[in-house]
Amino acid sequence: MSAFADWDWDIGSKRIADIEALKKDYQWIEEIHVSPNGESSAVIVNIDEGEFNVCVNGTPWREEPFDKMWNLHYSPDGRLTAIVSEMGEWTMAVDGESWSNTFGYLWKPLFSNDGKTIAAAFQQEMKYGMVVNDVPWENTFGNMTCPTLSKDGTNCSATVQTVETSQAEIFEFQKGSYSVAQNGVVWDRNFVNVWNMSISNDGKAVAAEVRLNLYDYTIAVNGKPWDTIFSCVWEPIFHPDNQSVIAPVRINGKWTLAQDGKIAWGGRFVQLWSPKVLPDGKHMAAIVAPSFGKWTVAVDSVPWKTCFNEMVTDLVFNETGSRIAALGKNNGRWTVIVNGTSWNNSFNRAWTPVFSANGQYVAAKVETNGKYSIAVNDQVWSQSYDAIWGPVFSPDSTKILCCSSSNGKIDRQVIPVKTILK
Amino acid sequence: MNELYQLLTGPMLWLTFFVFTFGTLYKLLSILVLTIQKEPFIMSVFSFKYGMRSILSWMTPFKPVSMKKHPVLSSVIYVFHICLFIAPLFLMAHITLLDESWGLVWPSLSDSLIDYLTLIVLACCLFYFIRRLTQKEVNYLTSQSDYILLAIVALPFFTGLMAYHQWFAYGFFLNLHILSGEIMLMAIPFTRLSHMIISPLTRAYMGSEFGEIRHAKDW
Amino acid sequence: MSEQVNKIVDKGLDQGVINLTQERIEKAINQVLNKEAGARLKSYVETCVHCGMCSEACHVYLSKDKDPIYSPAGKVKRTLSEMIQKKGKVSPEFIREASIIASTECNLCKRCAMYCPFGIDVAYLLLLVRRICHLCGVTPLYIQDTAHSHSVTMNQMWVKDDEWIDTLQWQEEEAQAEIPNLRIPLEKEGADIMYSVIGPEPKFQAHLIYYMSVIMKAAGIDWTMPATPGWDNSDMAMYTGDNEIMGRVKRMHFDTAARLKVNRIIMGECGHAFRSVHDMGNRWLGYKLPPIPVIHAIEFYHELLSSGKIKIKDQYDKKVTLHDPCNVIRGRGLGELSRKVVNTLCSNFVEMTPNREHNYCCNAGGGVINTGPPFKNKRVLSNRIKAEQMAATGADVVISPCHNCHSGLEDIVHHYKLNMEVKFIGEIIYNHMEKPTA
Repeated sequence: MSAFADWDWDIGSKRIADIEALKKDYQWIEEIHVSPNGESSAVIVNIDEGEFNVCVNGTPWREEPFDKMWNLHYSPDGRLTAIVSEMGEWTMAVDGESWSNTFGYLWKPLFSNDGKTIAAAFQQEMKYGMVVNDVPWENTFGNMTCPTLSKDGTNCSATVQTVETSQAEIFEFQKGSYSVAQNGVVWDRNFVNVWNMSISNDGKAVAAEVRLNLYDYTIAVNGKPWDTIFSCVWEPIFHPDNQSVIAPVRINGKWTLAQDGKIAWGGRFVQLWSPKVLPDGKHMAAIVAPSFGKWTVAVDSVPWKTCFNEMVTDLVFNETGSRIAALGKNNGRWTVIVNGTSWNNSFNRAWTPVFSANGQYVAAKVETNGKYSIAVNDQVWSQSYDAIWGPVFSPDSTKILCCSSSNGKIDRQVIPVKTILK
Repeated sequence: MNELYQLLTGPMLWLTFFVFTFGTLYKLLSILVLTIQKEPFIMSVFSFKYGMRSILSWMTPFKPVSMKKHPVLSSVIYVFHICLFIAPLFLMAHITLLDESWGLVWPSLSDSLIDYLTLIVLACCLFYFIRRLTQKEVNYLTSQSDYILLAIVALPFFTGLMAYHQWFAYGFFLNLHILSGEIMLMAIPFTRLSHMIISPLTRAYMGSEFGEIRHAKDW
Repeated sequence: MSEQVNKIVDKGLDQGVINLTQERIEKAINQVLNKEAGARLKSYVETCVHCGMCSEACHVYLSKDKDPIYSPAGKVKRTLSEMIQKKGKVSPEFIREASIIASTECNLCKRCAMYCPFGIDVAYLLLLVRRICHLCGVTPLYIQDTAHSHSVTMNQMWVKDDEWIDTLQWQEEEAQAEIPNLRIPLEKEGADIMYSVIGPEPKFQAHLIYYMSVIMKAAGIDWTMPATPGWDNSDMAMYTGDNEIMGRVKRMHFDTAARLKVNRIIMGECGHAFRSVHDMGNRWLGYKLPPIPVIHAIEFYHELLSSGKIKIKDQYDKKVTLHDPCNVIRGRGLGELSRKVVNTLCSNFVEMTPNREHNYCCNAGGGVINTGPPFKNKRVLSNRIKAEQMAATGADVVISPCHNCHSGLEDIVHHYKLNMEVKFIGEIIYNHMEKPTA
């Protein structure tokens, strides 16, 4: 992330592409993607039947078109990736260069936080595995779900089927034929189901939701299930400091939070998910429904008083954990809630809130009647566009970077936060 | 006999009122507690508007398709329930008793009319009884307790009729009339007769589900 | 009757019963009746006066020459009442029988709730029986396998992650042969609509996705489909009583829509999937209604046709009738909209009687068709009334905007030699709409 400070943070606007102009050259153009630093935009274009390419800032990615491509993504380090097909084989293209390995099918690209590691799920002759930086797993499996990559990129794991069962062999299935493969190496124990795994920050440990039989749920860490059984569980997370595992669990029809198999929260909720450990390592937060049909965030088991009647999503916090934000939806309108206080503005849609480094500002991309804008601390920017990418706060928390699109023209803008805060 | 009469119209009557009142309250409260504890979604579904829409639709004669499919039974149910309430509540003898005890007075209907209403109630009970025996879909569902409940309902009317006309042993039938009436009241909260208390709730809940959530009719 | 039933061989039931102990039965029954169920169970059980008025509501009862054991209350008597009376002390064989009754003799269509003066919801009571049978491990084989598929793949048909995407890309290419620049946009974050289907569509009926992509293209809809699990809106775990998997599948569906930041989910012509997002799965998760609005295809088609986004070039002129699927008519009141759509599309529409909320069930829904071949004959035989109802219309085509109804009605048409075609609304729109050339 050192490059982050080196981005162009000068106030101003610059045009990075004119997508509209591309339209006359191609049969169709697909969804526009913008690089993290906002300096380039990319779009898949169709030249003719079975001929695809990518245009980066209006320029074709490479001379020779691909037969088919999809799932265009910028890696966090700014490299552009797409899943591409040539001669009936699929592979990953990174900045226009295809990987050396090809597959029967490739999907679900995953990136490490620094963007250096790129992984994807592959199918080769009806066997399944993961490929990481062009190196496929040696072991492959009859089926694979939940592909996951650790933040540091060292651990790529997935739920895999370890025992082949024929169709409708329900009692064989109930003996357990699924497990986790960590970098292709399978846990020494099978489960009926394995879902939603989480990998520790050091990439060494994997925790996952498991079902031991049709009725008993718990969390397994590196293949070893907790001693305690629950009637249901949701996604586990690792405590960043002490490697303990935290997960929502269901007891007697109500949800709470457990840590290493022991109940960690006093509160009981109609629903509880998306648990987070705050950066100080002492406090925990989660999205909860304190009563039926009422949604909010709970911090250390205490729900915020403001509730939403439809949904709460996108729970985030600032660098110190002193401020917590989420999106809430009431009667079809989305808004942002910060430390228990809901914004007065509401929107047709809102995107994940982002905090400035100093924690003073929280910003979100918002949509009203098909026009996109940015709101900061409950104030909406007077400008609105056909599309927006961002916002990203500058390292000194005084500026906002975003890209906007009007009539197919993509502009990179750096504006002072004060512009929005009137 | 007089001692028995004193017992039945004294402590026993108080007991009856107590059991009926608190039994009913207990019944309602336990339903409410269960709802809050285990099915809280019900509270969020409940709608006064659609609950009433459903109740009123089902009180309107022959509005529901189900009633049209069972014209005789539906007619009997209507007549039976109307007579069941009117006969005891508007009988001069009952009102006089309440007036003597607590000074409560309201207009009464003529004894001969009440006599007819009582006969109608008994005729309806006979209809139910025969229906339970002969209609195979009803007979299949019927257990002993259904006959006992029918007897519990019919007995106060039968004995009342006997006592009023002073046929056979007046004292015996009078006491039996009081006792059977008391048994019926006490049975209401604790047997399927509790449909008197609960059916407006189940109807209103289903009405709310259909109206508020499903946007459909439930009749 | 029950002797016949006992002859049915179903490994899920037969093997399940062998594994069953008395202790497990009691534990399961007490778990459901005392810990999980609440006010509804208590009210219904203590209120039913055994009047039998629900009988007339049930297509199985009517088709089985009014045999009282098949009346709604009769099915409760044969299952739940006995369990309550005996305080859970029932035999493994009883659980097997109860599983058959709850899973194959009741479609949970809720028609009887409209015939009971008290509004007693027998469908709910028989779902409790299914839940008990699930906890006992005695569920018919094929639907249990489907629930397993949901648990692993989050879809109904064991469709693997790549097979799903591959199918969409294949259908996109097929459709491009007709309309060259047509797209099925995958993973388009911020699209207006996420279109979701049920597992059988990519598995067996991929052309339906093709049809919808043409409709979307013609109407100029900003839409997307996910390239991850969460695309399947169906939920057979709801019908096996595996509520935990039901909730998990629904959460995945809603979370996928929330991740893609769409305004609405449009779902294909499926009934039970609508029930799972609008009534049961959402409630298990704590949502009063779907957190992202879910619009059934009928409503969507009506929107497209009435706004002129889709124009019909020539009406379908065969004599058509319309089947009202329980989960979207009795479950969502779409009866008038479906008639408006059909009248726009077809020039010769006749009603079947009874109709709208009072329509007879297809006998396939509620997971019954998902119990598979062992129960197919029984299913078709116990819906004679539907065959009679359809035959009386004299129609050439029966339109059924629900997958399970569609398959169930096809079986009935075949068995009773009705000489009718069964069609989805979508395929009639596709065949009679003005199509874009590019």
